[in-house]
Amino acid sequence: MGSDRGQTLRASCQAATAWRFLAPALVALILAGGWPLIRTVWLSLTDAQLAGGVIAFVGLENYRWLLTDPDWWQAVLNTLVFATISVALETVLGVILALILDASFRGRSLVRAAIILPWAIPTVVSAKIWAWMLHDQFGIMNRVLLGIGAIDRPLAWTADPDLAMAAVIAVDVWKTTPFMALLALAALQLVPRHCYEAAWLDGVPPLRFFFKVTLPLIAPALAVAALFRFLDALRVFDLIYVLTSNSRSTATIAVYARQQMMEFRDLGYGSAAASLLFAIVTGATVLYLLVSYVRAREPRQ
Amino acid sequence: MIVRRIMVRVGFLLLLAGFLVYAIFPFYYALVSSLQGGSELFSPTYLPSAPDIDNYVAVFREQPFGRSILNSFIVAVGTVGVTLMLAALAAYALGRIRFRGRQGVLLATLAISMFPQVAVLSGMFELIRTLGLYDALPGLMLSYLILTLPFSIWVLTAFMREVPGEIEEAALLDGASRWTILTRILLPLVAPALVTTGLLALIIAWNEFLFALTFTLSAETRTVPVAIALISGATQHELPWGIIMAASIIVTIPLAAIVLLFQGRIVSGLTSGAIKG
Repeated sequence: MGSDRGQTLRASCQAATAWRFLAPALVALILAGGWPLIRTVWLSLTDAQLAGGVIAFVGLENYRWLLTDPDWWQAVLNTLVFATISVALETVLGVILALILDASFRGRSLVRAAIILPWAIPTVVSAKIWAWMLHDQFGIMNRVLLGIGAIDRPLAWTADPDLAMAAVIAVDVWKTTPFMALLALAALQLVPRHCYEAAWLDGVPPLRFFFKVTLPLIAPALAVAALFRFLDALRVFDLIYVLTSNSRSTATIAVYARQQMMEFRDLGYGSAAASLLFAIVTGATVLYLLVSYVRAREPRQ
Repeated sequence: MIVRRIMVRVGFLLLLAGFLVYAIFPFYYALVSSLQGGSELFSPTYLPSAPDIDNYVAVFREQPFGRSILNSFIVAVGTVGVTLMLAALAAYALGRIRFRGRQGVLLATLAISMFPQVAVLSGMFELIRTLGLYDALPGLMLSYLILTLPFSIWVLTAFMREVPGEIEEAALLDGASRWTILTRILLPLVAPALVTTGLLALIIAWNEFLFALTFTLSAETRTVPVAIALISGATQHELPWGIIMAASIIVTIPLAAIVLLFQGRIVSGLTSGAIKG
């Protein structure tokens, strides 16, 4: 009895200590994350303007308008197209790049550093460098493509509505493939070395070996990485804002929401768009967690 | 067998070279462009003809770019300092003490790291204005904590957990306080993890754009990404590309240095964060 009480006391004393150590970080997370999110959702139910002033509760009015705005649906479509295609390309290229980096050759660490550089620089800088390379009159991309006869006239990559999305995706692939490659590389390094040696000695063709052995082994880790990248890609803002500004053909939900809040100064309406983006990302996450939870509970053969 | 080996090797090297050119060429081209002035800029070349540094001079003269670099530096270093301090304290509680609610806190932290930045934008804007931090660097540091704190807490917690319990118990028996244990024993032991998370937080804060664009107004408080995005010419269709490329190269140099020096740490941080997060 006495020792029970002693343990309870000790446990609650420990808990008090733990919360004291946690408190500063929790306050910061609530200030920088929790509270602003709650306020955004609240503002989405009001007619708040950027300039301030009296705020009136309007219920779901903003959402009603949002769902009837063709620009909003265009933004939703753009977001999904961007996230799906860019993540698919980044995953495939990332695996190829990871296979290269997994081999041993001289200067490997220098090559690895060179390849993660596109990931490390500000998105604004990658967008500007590519905007210049893709420039319709003076860009080197048009010069090269004209030179090899792939196109017969200069293309306005970032301004032409039919090409802008492809340009945005290409730049994102350039910037983010290194990240996927690193994750794929981490998964590859879990494949036992003796598998490769045995296959090489048996003369198994490398491609066949990859699809029969390597890919199934790294698939689970790759799927998680691709999912996280997808959730990240749904939030894209910088690249599209800088490369194609407010072009309707590329504006994603984040670009649309910020434009409503800051340029059209309609804080309430923009907050509604932002809240829906939050709901989409959360929904996708919860769905994933549910699926993996159900999978984990299934009895294994 | 030998022929096959050589062919595989050649194919491999070609692929490697292809990826390297793909990754590096845009930087090279930006460098070439930044060294060219006036009309030469408008005829694309692979080698600069008569290179000069006029664009580099102009980027500092025509706008407070030096000030922007200083701002970015202050914000990045401040964010890293605050992040590491708060995350180390939290990770100690989460990694070394058993208490009810631990899992809940870890999950809430993970959830916050999934927030889209734009979903906190209007709420943060309001908070920053209320606190009187609009158009001020501390406002940016506060908002960056949502980007840096969650993954720092996760990575540091994972590392703290791996420290053997005997060390801490012995210190507790000797009458050492929790604070002493954290600062004298645990932090030195997890120093590599501190470096890794610090570097990632530094890169995130240095590169951030959406908050910096929204929460600052004047040219004197702009950070580098915003300054580069807003460089404009005489008309909207006449951007000074040479100057923009010069600014891009200036920002890339410190990051390239960090990546070269610490690539091992950065890679381990990225993959551990992604796998454990």
